[in-house]
Amino acid sequence: MNAPAYNFAYLDEQTKRMIRRAILKGIAIPGYQVPFASREMPMPYGWGTGGVQVTAAILGPGDTLKVIDQGADDTTNAVSIRQLFAKTAGVCTTTHTAEATVIQTRHRIPETKLGEDQVLVYQVPIPEPLRFLEPRETETRQMHAHADYGLMHVKLYEDIARHGHISTSYAYPVKVDGRYVMDPSPTPKFDNPKMNDCAALQLFGAGREKRIYAIPPHTTVVSLDFEDHPFEASRTQASCELCGADDSYLDEVITDDRGGRMFVCSDTDYCEARREARP
Amino acid sequence: MIAEAPLLVAEGLGKTYGRQLGCRDVSLALHEGEVLAVVGESGSGKSTLLHLLSAQLEPSVGRVLYRTRDGALRDLGEMTTAERKFLARTDWGFVHQDAAAGLRMAVSAGANVGERLMAVGARHYGRIRGAALDWLARVEIDPGRIDDAPRTFSGGMRQRLQIARNLVTKPRLVFMDEPTGGLDVSVQARLLDLLRGLVRELRLAAVVVTHDLAVARLLSHRMIVMKDGEVIEEGLTDQVLDDPREPYTQLLVSSVLPA
Ligand SMILES: Nc1ncnc2c1ncn2[C@@H]1O[C@H](COP(=O)(O)OP(=O)(O)OP(=O)(O)O)[C@@H](O)[C@H]1O
Ligand SMILES: [Mg+2]
Repeated sequence: MNAPAYNFAYLDEQTKRMIRRAILKGIAIPGYQVPFASREMPMPYGWGTGGVQVTAAILGPGDTLKVIDQGADDTTNAVSIRQLFAKTAGVCTTTHTAEATVIQTRHRIPETKLGEDQVLVYQVPIPEPLRFLEPRETETRQMHAHADYGLMHVKLYEDIARHGHISTSYAYPVKVDGRYVMDPSPTPKFDNPKMNDCAALQLFGAGREKRIYAIPPHTTVVSLDFEDHPFEASRTQASCELCGADDSYLDEVITDDRGGRMFVCSDTDYCEARREARP
Repeated sequence: MIAEAPLLVAEGLGKTYGRQLGCRDVSLALHEGEVLAVVGESGSGKSTLLHLLSAQLEPSVGRVLYRTRDGALRDLGEMTTAERKFLARTDWGFVHQDAAAGLRMAVSAGANVGERLMAVGARHYGRIRGAALDWLARVEIDPGRIDDAPRTFSGGMRQRLQIARNLVTKPRLVFMDEPTGGLDVSVQARLLDLLRGLVRELRLAAVVVTHDLAVARLLSHRMIVMKDGEVIEEGLTDQVLDDPREPYTQLLVSSVLPA
């Protein structure tokens, strides 16, 4: 048989080395956005090209990969990314959080506490937390360089002035290791506390914007807030109707066309494990 | 005596843009609570000088010294960018002629005033808002407009908001480039009154660039007259305006030259 037309884990070794250098730099400067030469991937931007490149660069033959999209292992996007690496790297895949060594995610952090032998890879659409208030990259880079973050609180101030509380509920800005303000990607703010002092290495890849950043294990990650409007990791006040969990992040699912709806865990693996464990 | 030590000193300051002269050989000293007007015709180097004094431009020759709150006279050119930025958001204010350049047009008036407080670490929403309300009242903006964006404000209101935004952190020195330019006369008069009151009350030092001699007369203690990038006359404002020595200044004062 001929050698396959692609390299291990799809990307060529030169590219992977370049990405690893960016990752190492990111780990050395927690929360700092490292530019990298993002490659074309066999998927459109917005489908996790940044996360896929990071995963490709760190994956080894002994790894076990899990991919989730909004907490679920079975969406088209999650399935196709898992298949891409099963095919090009021949790695084992899993849907069980505890079994995975590399977890690529879009918009969620698993409910199951992560360990130090795991890496969480986030797909990031817009890495710059200051972007919505300052469109010029030249300016935002200066602001990061001088930790000039008054603007970030301007956004939170505006939230409170308009809604009476901080209404930002996704991509809630955090300060990493007391230095860089970082966008945690569009995860719900419910997940923010999981980033703090996390035992797993957290890597963030933004393909279209060509940025990689990282949170090394056991790094302090603080959600920005005001003394009189403290950060709250809110969730829907309900229990999962499948597994009964009252501590997980819930999705609202429409069950019929007559207005029927139910709340279920967004983390499908967490929900299934709880149901299996039931007597 | 401490009060005698100047706040800001320029020594042999010059700036060229390629072959184009911006300004040349400017030396001056500004004391605490003192307002210096810089007047001269268009293109005479007023804005260039103001940008050099406020470290927004690097001088081609000469240097600018600033006395920090610990009493040390520091060379701005030898400070780190971070130190200069810190000064710019604590000790200094900068009022632009074009309010849009000095404001965030898309965020509320309250956030515009509060931003500098937040930039220096204020983290109590209630107190930030309280300070914003207080300052809106002081610059005669209806506090009921606190949640409106400045793009819904008139030119005069925008300029007053810009002033509030700058003064909220109690700076020691404010740089103003044509603060009343582009406003109609009655609005100008009200703004000047307000500025004069605030400058006195807060004992602010200020450098005010203008080509309107009435503004210089009303606001400043001393003035310098610039022509072709050089300072050609300087002195107490009343003396210069009432008894100008240089023929050019005499022309300027008798309004023969279009300002
Ligand atoms: N960025 C620049 N590049 C090249 N030349 C410049 C630049 N900025 C200013 N100059 C020149 O420097 C000289 C002084 O300009 P400056 O803007 O300081 O004048 P000004 O006194 O503020 O004028 P105005 O009253 O019109 O605002 C002018 O000849 C101007 O053309
Ligand atoms: Mg000018």
